[in-house]
Amino acid sequence: MSEPALRLSGIEAFYGTAQALFGVDLEVPVGSVTVLLGRNGAGKSTTLKAAMGLVDVKAGQVFVGDREVTGAPSYKIARAGLGYVPETRRVFAGLSVEENLVVGERGGERAADFGAATWTRERIFDLFPPLAGMRERQAGQLSGGEQQMLTIARTLMGNPQIILLDEPSEGLAPVIVQQIAATIRTLAAEGLTVLLSEQNVRFATHVANRAAVIERGRILVEGPIEDIATDESVREAYLTP
Amino acid sequence: MSFIVVQAITGLASAASLFLIAVGLSIVFGVTRVVNFAHGSLYMLGAYLAFSFTAAFGDTFFGYLAAILLAAVVVGGLGAVMETSLLRRIYRAPELFQLLATFGVVLVVQDLTRMIWGADDLFAPRMPGLDGAINIFGHAVPEYDLFLIATAFVVLGGLWLLFRHTRFGVLVRAATEDREMVAALGIDQRWLFTGAFILGAALAGLGGALQIPRQAASLSMDLNIIVDAFVVVVVGGMGSIMGAFVAAVLISELLAFGVVIFPQITLVLIFAVMAVTLVLKPSGLFGRPEFTTQEDRRNPDPPLRAGDGLSRIFWWGLLVAGVAAPLVIGDFAIIVLTEIAILALFAASLHFLLWGGGLITFGHAAYFGLGAYGSGLAVFHLSLGMAPALLLAPLAGAAGALLFGWFCVRLSGIYMAMLTLAFAQIAWSAAFQWGGFTGGDNGILGVWPSDWASDPFVFYYLAFAVCAAVIWGLRHTVFSPFGYTLRATRDSALRSAAIGVDVTRHRWLAFTLAGAAAGVAGGFFAFAKGSVFPEVLFVSTSVDGLVMVLLGGVQSLAGPILGAIALTEIETELTRLTDLWQLCLGILIILLVVVLPHGLAGLSAFMRRRQP
Repeated sequence: MSEPALRLSGIEAFYGTAQALFGVDLEVPVGSVTVLLGRNGAGKSTTLKAAMGLVDVKAGQVFVGDREVTGAPSYKIARAGLGYVPETRRVFAGLSVEENLVVGERGGERAADFGAATWTRERIFDLFPPLAGMRERQAGQLSGGEQQMLTIARTLMGNPQIILLDEPSEGLAPVIVQQIAATIRTLAAEGLTVLLSEQNVRFATHVANRAAVIERGRILVEGPIEDIATDESVREAYLTP
Repeated sequence: MSFIVVQAITGLASAASLFLIAVGLSIVFGVTRVVNFAHGSLYMLGAYLAFSFTAAFGDTFFGYLAAILLAAVVVGGLGAVMETSLLRRIYRAPELFQLLATFGVVLVVQDLTRMIWGADDLFAPRMPGLDGAINIFGHAVPEYDLFLIATAFVVLGGLWLLFRHTRFGVLVRAATEDREMVAALGIDQRWLFTGAFILGAALAGLGGALQIPRQAASLSMDLNIIVDAFVVVVVGGMGSIMGAFVAAVLISELLAFGVVIFPQITLVLIFAVMAVTLVLKPSGLFGRPEFTTQEDRRNPDPPLRAGDGLSRIFWWGLLVAGVAAPLVIGDFAIIVLTEIAILALFAASLHFLLWGGGLITFGHAAYFGLGAYGSGLAVFHLSLGMAPALLLAPLAGAAGALLFGWFCVRLSGIYMAMLTLAFAQIAWSAAFQWGGFTGGDNGILGVWPSDWASDPFVFYYLAFAVCAAVIWGLRHTVFSPFGYTLRATRDSALRSAAIGVDVTRHRWLAFTLAGAAAGVAGGFFAFAKGSVFPEVLFVSTSVDGLVMVLLGGVQSLAGPILGAIALTEIETELTRLTDLWQLCLGILIILLVVVLPHGLAGLSAFMRRRQP
């Protein structure tokens, strides 16, 4: 079996003195759409942040492909091929839509080697047609759904091989959630590896082919989404209905 | 009418240089979140360098212009050195440490400038080709003033282009909003920070260089301009270019017209503008509210326990040493010891605010100085004796803290630090300028203890007893219900408010208490010295207090006392040994922040951790 695109092993992460992750092991196979399921506070966001170098990781290792990035600054992890779309969207509110994309922009030679698409502003606007009409609009004035598109677009501009999406459906209208699901499937079809965190099991089964369940900072089960999403004991014990 | 136009032009010319320095400060803050106290030093270096360059090749218009630009470029280069060698090490440190470290740079640059260019003011020639005046409505307006105004607009336009139309500018604006996200998008922020710092430094250097035809290069330029720049940035909003511009124009025009209409109260005008702005819009005219500083305490201080065995032994030991010391030491030492007791109280009152309330003040000298002036003026104008004059000291300190505090506690983090500093500097310049009442530069002399306390030993015991009692009172307050609530507001203002604590009122009360305690120290200081000079209100007094607290260690109640002992000894020795004591003190401060952020009290814990 080939190297996973992203591998976390034994991750222990802290906020100040409070421990949030207690030895998280997770593999994201190349080309998969893996969903990290769990309740509020289970450690989903922290796991993604730990991969991205945004929280204090006191023990464990992070590999992107065969490269270890444990403890590296975020920008190096991003350059190793990891793209991060935060939970609260965090667009640069004072910048225009186009300027937000400029910040994410990076050379795409590496990404092309891995078979993932090389993103340009034009291709981004094809993927998210609504954004094309508001290039000059301040990002802070966009609706929640538009901001979610913009954060995904901004991350794609860096041509990541793996994209981390932190609760992409949270707080969005059902019709927008469907669009986001379609977008994630498109990205997977383009050859991108996706890791997303979700509470919404139905949304997860629509987009993902693998799942891992996290509870109190530990991964409990991991496997094909069909097995996990249909396992009544897992659903009842650890997931929000 | 014509007069108004001419006065407005004069105001705009002053606004030009104020804008250049404030915008640099603002850009650097926006990206790095560091308020660079040494920004004024870069401005001063710009002026001195331009003086030397114009002397070398400034005899034509273009030569002079080249000299000014070269000075800006060199200062930009010095900024690069400063950023890579010092600031990089302290980006993650608390705001207070950053302010102190950059103040250390101020001291170092002061002494180096004095060594290179001497202590005298240096007058540069006027700019060739722009040394005349233009007649506007019958008034002569210097051509150079118009040139300055034009330069400011060129810089404003250049910055606008840079920030709107270059990748660097877009990244700087993005980093100003959310640094973590910028890093997660794969941008190496180190070069971004360095770039922004070079830009800010070069703008400060340009501002200083452009001043030399109007104003002599002098060693007091750095601190004078930095306080004005703080005011501009607080009013305009940190990180905003337009804010810096509008506020610089607003304040300069107010001063230009204020000087004509009410020459005595220009300071009050600045005070009023700041007050009105901060009440209506706490983050400044164009600023965004700051959320990160107080709520985002990732590593809150460990809880403090009231007197376990060891610390009780320490306090009793200190008390016994204080009582017994005079029996074994000489006459000079008793004066030093008296000073230590007084400064220990000053440091303890500052520590109470910093550590107990998490309130970052950079202007605690105001309340110390008000105490000193309260006592001194009571002796001088009312011929009161020592005891009633000393009683006035805490009242004066508390009154000042009550007034200034009302504004300051509404802000947090770096805004609060800058506002407290601005208030202290306003108090200082009031004492300085209001010669008829305060004696101005000459100070108040003849503030001697009453006969019964004129013996240095008696005065020492009096000062020691009162200061020890007040320190004990402060310590007691920290462990009272009020102290617990205060510390809760420090650790999370939001959560405290959510359980029904009036955060602002608690902070205000703490501020006033600390002001009163500092006032007591100030009163004794006046009688110990026999005089009061404006220096007691100056920023260096505030910094001395902060260095004592840091030297001793912020996280320990004993820290400020150890720090007062250590700093008084160090300063006494340094001034005896060398003329360059500012340089040494500056280096000490920088080392303290970079190497020993937990102070002397933290040193033992640090050593213990090192051992296996």
